[in-house]
Amino acid sequence: MIKAQRQRPVEAPEVASYPDLRWFPPGTHITVRGLKKAFDGNPVYVGFDIDLPKGRIVSVFGPNGCGKSTFINMVAGLLPIDDGQILFEGKTIADTRIGYVFQNYREALFPWLRAVDNIHYPLRLMGIPKAERDRRIEELVAGFDLKFDLHRYPYQMSGGQQQTVSIMRSLVIEPEVLFLDEPFSALDYEMTLIMRDQLQKVLVARGVTTVLVSHDLEEAVYLADKVLMLTRRPSRIADYMDVDLPRPRDPSTLTDPRFIELKARTLEVFQNAVRAS
Amino acid sequence: MQSARFSRYAWMAVGPLALFLVWYAVHLAGLVTPKLLPSPVRTLQSVWTHTVSGGLGPDFGRTLWRTLQAFGIAAAFGVPIGIVIGASEKLYRSIEFLIDFFRSTPATAMFPLFMIIFGLGDFSKIAVAAFAAWLVVLFNVAYGVMNARQTRILAAKVMGASRARIFKDVMFYECLPQTFVGLRTAVSLALVVIVVAEMFIGSDDGLGKRIIDSQITFDLPQLYGTILVSGILGYGLNLIFLGLEKWLVHWSGRA
Repeated sequence: MIKAQRQRPVEAPEVASYPDLRWFPPGTHITVRGLKKAFDGNPVYVGFDIDLPKGRIVSVFGPNGCGKSTFINMVAGLLPIDDGQILFEGKTIADTRIGYVFQNYREALFPWLRAVDNIHYPLRLMGIPKAERDRRIEELVAGFDLKFDLHRYPYQMSGGQQQTVSIMRSLVIEPEVLFLDEPFSALDYEMTLIMRDQLQKVLVARGVTTVLVSHDLEEAVYLADKVLMLTRRPSRIADYMDVDLPRPRDPSTLTDPRFIELKARTLEVFQNAVRAS
Repeated sequence: MQSARFSRYAWMAVGPLALFLVWYAVHLAGLVTPKLLPSPVRTLQSVWTHTVSGGLGPDFGRTLWRTLQAFGIAAAFGVPIGIVIGASEKLYRSIEFLIDFFRSTPATAMFPLFMIIFGLGDFSKIAVAAFAAWLVVLFNVAYGVMNARQTRILAAKVMGASRARIFKDVMFYECLPQTFVGLRTAVSLALVVIVVAEMFIGSDDGLGKRIIDSQITFDLPQLYGTILVSGILGYGLNLIFLGLEKWLVHWSGRA
């Protein structure tokens, strides 16, 4: 049903194809309806609708400048929307606990605090007493299999370690939704492979609803339960594909025929989306 | 390790020792008349005798105390006002020209005006130095606030920090490296202005007064000696501020 709209011209009113927008499938966590956004008069979203499933990982993928980051920033409440509605199981963003991992870990962590105090910070903002904070962080650390000391300052750590701390900081509050904006794009390939597996392990274990922006097709498919593919501006859904690969996935998944097939399909959709404009 | 450190200090001593030797050689060879260039030994002797019995210590103390007072006023007014100005781009734009203009105006040109307003007493000197140093602090703090990493502010916001918390927990630390640059520049500038003020705004004590007196009485060993002592004061203040900066703003330049 969703795929059909790819063919329609931009001018067609989006709403017409959905008789009842309040409807959404069971297991949905985030509903986006009639989302509109323009920058200086240039429309990026002109009535965008999507459902994001609960406890699953959705990667957002599309051509450069298609508004991937704009999308998650609007859903995460970092960027105001022009029109439309975004609800989390019926609640607004203000009533939803979220975590956000920035691409630039170097500028997202607080260098005046030790790594462990960076992780303490969101809990302190919530007014949680020290003993409880320590307990939660201990529990979080247990799930991460860390090979470095959290009592160092961020600038004393490698990029991968810093981003791990960043991810821990966003997970320690037990968010209902986690947003990641190209979290590994500043890391080298070797580190990216390690980080992907660690992230997958933690997210699947915690069952947190996750929205991940990626500019890496392989990564987008590897980590996701669903891949949301966007067209060029104004952004529409090019495809919203299920990734039915079993978990846990590991580097051998990358050569699995099913993975290769899914990747080929995403690549085709991507190329169509690029050409379509 | 230890020998590496020793070699480091040894190399650092080479320049000053060489200067001393060149000075001594020029003096011995009589290349410059001793009236204009006393021997370095005579100069150091003069520093020693004036320290022991000639009131150089109290003069040093007076100049240091005035400088610190001027610096204190500059910091007390510069930091909060700088934060307020830096937090609003419109406010900063509207007074950017004024800050730049008065920063570029030689503080010494303000002496007569400050003397009229504050009289000939100590406060006149402190006020003019404080004014010059204040602008430096103000400018740097505002600049630090304006250049705060947006991602960090956004990160705090997304974690649910209120505006006040963002200010206290993020903005304050974000502008700290630049603030320290301002404070360090300000204390050096305050010293310059204080020493000049001691020379030309009637003063009973201070290193500036001693320098002018040595010139008038043509006591060149004392003149050279006092210049050296002023240099030690300026260098020492800078060193202390660098140390403070390294200790308090450990992440400066690394994140």
